[in-house]
This record gives sequence, C-alpha cells and structure tokens, in this order.
Amino acid sequence: MDLTFTPAEEDFRKEVRAFLEAKLPERLAEKGRLGRHLSKQDHEEWHAILNERGWLAGNWPREYGGQGWSAVERHIFEEEMTRACAPRIVPFGVAMLGPVLQTFGSEEQKAYYLPRILNGTDWWCQGYSEPGAGSDLASVKTSAVRDGDHYVVNGQKTWTTLGQYANMIFCLVRTNTEGKPQEGISFLLIDMTTPGITVRPIVLIDGQPEVNEVFFDNVRVPAANLVGEENKGWTYAKYLLTHERTNIAGVGFAQAGLEHLKSIARLEQDNGRPLIENPHFAARIAQVQIDLMAMATTNLRVLSQAASGQAPGAESSMLKIKGTQIRQEINALTRVAVGPYAMPFVSEALEDGWNGDPIGPDYAMPATATYFNNRKLSIYGGSNEIQRTIISKAILGL
Amino acid sequence: MNFELTQERRMMQDALRRYLANTITTATREAAEASPTGFSDRIWEGLAELGVIGALFTEDQGGYGGSGFDLATVFEEIGRAGAVEPLLDTGVLAGGLLGALGGDAAAQTLEAVIAGTHQLALAHTEPANRYALDRVSLTAEKTAGGYCLEGRKSVVVNASAAHDLLVTARTSGQVSDSAGISVFRVAADAPGLEIRDYPLSGGGRGAELTLTRVEVADAALLGVEGEAHAALVHAHARATLAICAEALGLMDRIRVLTTDYLQTRKQFGKPIGKFQALQHRMADVLVEIEQARSAVINLAGNLDGPSALRDLHVAATKNLISRVGKLVAEESIQLHGGIGMTMEYDLGHLAKRLTMVDHRFGDGIHHLDRFIRLAVA
Ligand SMILES: Cc1cc2nc3c(=O)[nH]c(=O)nc-3n(C[C@H](O)[C@H](O)[C@H](O)COP(=O)(O)OP(=O)(O)OC[C@H]3O[C@@H](n4cnc5c(N)ncnc54)[C@H](O)[C@@H]3O)c2cc1C
Repeated sequence: MDLTFTPAEEDFRKEVRAFLEAKLPERLAEKGRLGRHLSKQDHEEWHAILNERGWLAGNWPREYGGQGWSAVERHIFEEEMTRACAPRIVPFGVAMLGPVLQTFGSEEQKAYYLPRILNGTDWWCQGYSEPGAGSDLASVKTSAVRDGDHYVVNGQKTWTTLGQYANMIFCLVRTNTEGKPQEGISFLLIDMTTPGITVRPIVLIDGQPEVNEVFFDNVRVPAANLVGEENKGWTYAKYLLTHERTNIAGVGFAQAGLEHLKSIARLEQDNGRPLIENPHFAARIAQVQIDLMAMATTNLRVLSQAASGQAPGAESSMLKIKGTQIRQEINALTRVAVGPYAMPFVSEALEDGWNGDPIGPDYAMPATATYFNNRKLSIYGGSNEIQRTIISKAILGL
Repeated sequence: MNFELTQERRMMQDALRRYLANTITTATREAAEASPTGFSDRIWEGLAELGVIGALFTEDQGGYGGSGFDLATVFEEIGRAGAVEPLLDTGVLAGGLLGALGGDAAAQTLEAVIAGTHQLALAHTEPANRYALDRVSLTAEKTAGGYCLEGRKSVVVNASAAHDLLVTARTSGQVSDSAGISVFRVAADAPGLEIRDYPLSGGGRGAELTLTRVEVADAALLGVEGEAHAALVHAHARATLAICAEALGLMDRIRVLTTDYLQTRKQFGKPIGKFQALQHRMADVLVEIEQARSAVINLAGNLDGPSALRDLHVAATKNLISRVGKLVAEESIQLHGGIGMTMEYDLGHLAKRLTMVDHRFGDGIHHLDRFIRLAVA
C-alpha cells in the first residue's frame, strides 16, 4: 500500500501544470473561475491549443494521435485542468466516439474521422436518448431502413447536448424490430447538414439552451456510415457508456468547487464575521470535504485496477453516485453561501460582451444557475437510480 | 384541538384556488416575467377584487383578517399556483410594517394597497448584512424639518413596481445595535434614489438601491425614531410565515405533479411509479411535506402570541422548510429525469421558486443558529 504518486507521475503533474500556466489563455481561465458561459469558439480555441501539444485526446493510443495515458495519468491531467479553471474537453468526439471507432470502426472510418476530431473539423453530439427512451435506452425507436447504399432515418432524438454547435451526430437507430430490443440497434454516424434534420433548442432551468431535440425526416445516410455490424450497435453503445463513466467521479471538479466555496465563505459576512467562521456552515463544508477526501481515494483505487486505456467496470457506478452527490452538495452550499445574492437571475451577465456591473459580488452571479444546472449530474450518463441497480446486480449479485 | 379552517377561510381558500387555477398559465407567467414589474397587473387586480389583499390586514388597518391562519391560507394557495405577484412584499412585509408603525397617516395608503392600486417594498437588506434584522448601516441624519438618507440596500424585492419604499436606516448607535433603527417612507421617484432592477430566479423582480443624500420630511419617519426594531422583527415573523406557507403550497403542487408523472411516464414497459425504489422516495417526500404542514400550523398558531414563543417558531419553521424544500425540489427534478431540468414544463418554475425561499428572511443555517440561541443553549 502506497498512497503517493510515483516520481514519474509527479513529473507528469508538473509538466501539465507548467503547460497550463504557459498556454491556458487567461480570458478562458477567468471565464471558468467566474462561471461565465463558454462559446463554441472558446471551446475550439482551447481544443486547438491542447491538440498542438498532443493532449486533446491523451487517452487515445499513440497510433491515433493520443498519448496512451494510463487511468492515473488521465486523472492527474483532469485534476490539473480543473485546478487551473481550464474549459473541460468537450467529450462527445474525444472521450465517447473516438474509443468506439478505434475499437469497432472500419479502417476508412478511423482514417477519416479520428483526425477530424483532433483538428476540430467535426463537432460531434450524442444521439442516444429519445422522448420514449431515457433510462430504457434499448427501446430506441428512431428507425433506419436500408435503401440501396443508404439508410433512410426517421424519428427523434432529444436532450442532445450542444447539438446546436454540432455538424455530426452519432446515433443509436433501430434496424430490426424483431427479437430482443437490444438486438435490433445499430450505431450510425450522421452528417447534421443532411436534408431532413431539424434541431430545436430546449431551455434548461438555468436559462441556457444547452440541449436540443433533433428530428429526422427521411434523412438519407450513406451505408458506409454504419459503425461495425448492423444490429450490433448495443454492444458499441455500452462500450461507449463505460468510457463516458471514466472520470465520472469528477474529483477535480469537486476539489476546485470546494476551494471556490471556501473562498466565498471567507469573503461573505455573517453577523460581522466571515461566514466560514459560522460553526454550522463550517460543519457542512467540513463534512463534504471529508467525503471528498475518501472519494478521491476510492476513485484512485478503481482507476488503478483498470488497466491502461481500459474503462473501469461496474465500480464506476459507485464513483458516479458518490461523485455527483459530493459535487451537488458543494453547489448547494455555494448557493447558500452567497445569501440573498443567490436570487438575482441575469443570465446575460454570464455571456460574452456583457459589461454591466455585477449584481452583488462577482462570485455570486453564477451560483444559483450552477446549482440548478448540475442537477443534471445525477440524471444523465445513466441516472443514479440506474447506477444503484447496476451495483445491486453486478456487484452485490442481488 | 381543531385543525379545520373556519368557514370564511375555507371560502377564501376555495375562491382563491379556483381563481388562480383558471387564470395562471405558462403563457401568463411568461408574460408577467417579461413585464417591467415582473408580475401581471390583471392578476393583481383580480386578487384585490377577491379580497385577498384585505385578508392580510387587520380590521384596524382597514382589512378583515391579518391573523396567522389568514396568511397561511392565502399563501398556501399562492404557492400552489406558482403565482409571482408581490402579495408578500406589498401586502405582508411592507404593508404590515406600514400598518404597525404608520398610525392614522398611513390609513389612506393602506386603503389603496388593499384596493390593489398601490405597491410597496421594504428595503432592509444591505450588501454585507445577509439576513440580520439588527444590522443597518444606511444612515439617516436629522436635518431641519426632516432627515437625509445615505447608503445602499440590496435585493429589494418588488422595488421596480413600488410607489413607496420603506427604508430601514440607522438614526443612532453602531451597525449591529437593535436600538437606533428607524423606518422611513421614501417615494420611488425621490431625488437621489437610484434603483437598479433585475429579474429574480423563480419570478418577480428585485433591485439594488443607492441612496445619495435623499431628503425626506419629518412625516416620512414611521413610528418613533430609533425604535423600529421590534416592529421589524414582527413584520419579518409574519413574512416568514407567509413564505413558509407559500413553500408548502409549492411543495404540495410539486408532489401532485411528480406523482402524476410517475404514473404516466413509462420505461422498461411499465410506469416508473411501479419501481419500488421510486415509490419509497416519494413516500419520504410525502412524510416530509406533512412535517412542513405541521410546522406552518405551529407558526401560524403562535404568530400573534408572546414574542419569545413566536420567534422560536419562526426559527423552527423556517429551518424545517429550508430542509424539506431542498429535498422536495431536488427529488422532484431527479424523479422526472431530463424533463425536470427544462423550463418547458411547470416543475422548473415551481422548483426554482421553492429553492429561492431559502434566500429570504434567513436560510436554514441562519434559523438553526437562532433556534439554538432561543431554545437549546
Ligand atoms: C442536461 C442533460 C444533458 C443530456 N445530454 C444528452 C446527450 O447529449 N445525448 C443523449 O443521448 N442524452 C442526453 N441526456 C439524456 C439523459 O441520458 C437522460 O435524461 C437519462 O438517461 C434519463 O432518461 P429520462 O430523462 O428519459 O428519464 P427517465 O428514464 O424517464 O427516468 C425518470 C426517473 O425514473 C428513474 N428510473 C427509470 N427507470 C428506473 C428503474 N428501472 N428503477 C428505478 N428508477 C428508474 C430515473 O432514474 C429517473 O429518476 C441528457 C440529459 C440531461 C438532463
């Protein structure tokens, strides 16, 4: 048992930290610190900087332009990224589709799509959920019917994150309605500019159009865009979901959020004293920090079990539950910390180009929006209820 | 023991519930939010016509109610409907304070308030003073024939609509003394008063106020100079009851909405309400909402009793509502899944409004501290 990182890992951390100090634009870090909204251009700018260093997809094998990072290296990288308030890497191409194509894609697909993910030509979005297929993902209905060397796609996806920025969507589509629902699903890559696709934004409770509905009306998709075999899409989808769940613990986010919370609680005044000196508030902070310290180690235990490049198994469900509970508690405490200034709701103030004075202290403006937005953490990526079912079946054998 | 509402209150409850259910839609709420005042003039008039504003005032003040159970009855319905009209600010908080301190001179204004033609706001909160009632740094200096006010107020709810603002000011003593606090009535268009207004999460509007040498006449002082603290505490006790009852109505509506959703939303071939994991979660929500109902009854029943007992129940009820409100808002969003995260469905508005209850008149921790001082320490 040794709780320290190896010298090589510590060196890696230093390297990442130095890189971020040198290359992360202050403008983007400030947006992160103040909870301002990132534009599409902001994301693209940051991806390009990371890609230049070869770190946009450090988790990918070297042959595809990655670094072949171990789970621990990835963890260190993410911890340093959140510590520096860098924009998070948009996951859809890099963290989700990339590994699927590398494992199940054709040589042509790999050669064509992987470089485009790295150089920013394609912005992918994830077309899994449908109005009728959320937790029960295998019940997707969007159909793809073979017609010569095309599929004709009809149906609807929903909750598509940042679909308004995307030019490509990877979809689970139904290619067979007989037998078990899992056995009739295929994994299809679709160009969003194809005629017949409509995107409608959905405004979330923080006022932001973060997700979308995507409608497909007789959309013709080249059959060459099928990943792997027809009707085997469920296997690829599940493979992707386990990758989605790496870093699901969000330890870095939680640590950065906790530091931010403490800095607010030092500045806020409660009866003429810093709020952090209020014993009941301090107790709440202490409690969540204690949980986080243990969870950081749970996270490393799970990560170090997973071999390099491999996604962890059912244990990632534990990380998802505990990690999201901790982050949501930190967000709730941050909302409470800013007191009456949690009430003003001026979403323009979080946008580029807003140059009004902040209402109250600048750290107060995003507190409520962030609290509400992060209720999503326990809903998406397999809800926490579904994770509990996985734990009780796969780990406990109940 | 009798937990039934009186005949009059039951009639008020029915009429108000029916009126709001028939009037408030997503479209009216969105229109209200887009309006300069943050609420609907038409619904405000409707509330006045129904006698709802009058029910918040005592007979002495020109109303026909004003007791704890009157407030609880009205505000539970306001909450159930997710209404954003400023009944709390104009009616209970500022109106109640004006009624308590204003004497005969306030009669005409109160009449206009009850008729629905006059709006008020209480400007007490200050940038660094959080939820404290005894901390006031805005100053009022005596001048010949009046006072000169100087300072800032923050998150003043309903300031954008108010014709008059009741401003707490320090006329003597230190920032944290409960003695030396006075209340002044300041017209919204008074020279030197700058109002920077903005929308609030969950509906309504608030504002930052900057008072730069605002001159008011002696008659603007409400009550006795330097002795407003007790009235301020009393007005906040009434407002706390009102907002807790509103929270209760919000929770009850959210519970119904969520239960309906569990019965209709199907996944894995059956309504998700058939999953025991979710049944138990909703059962806990129901148990906690019943606790909230009892806490509101406790406060309503003690509102006009001895102040020590009243304050104990203010602290207890607001602390409990803080905890239960968070549970109900978070669980309802979670059990809805993605749809619970959108503004396209009523739950979003209701859950936001419920969450914001924690940010007025003291949050759960503030009232835990108070409760310990009053009952435990
Ligand atoms: C902000 C946000 C972004 C998203 N981004 C994307 C995206 O980019 N692409 C995409 O494809 N999807 C995305 N999703 C969708 C997300 O994956 C789904 O919301 C999630 O799978 C839950 O599905 P649902 O919303 O239909 O809820 P439902 O499945 O209807 O669930 C409702 C409630 O029932 C519970 N429940 C369901 N089944 C069971 C059971 N068997 N036992 C116990 N409890 C159960 C759930 O846990 C939940 O609490 C996003 C969602 C959100 C909120």
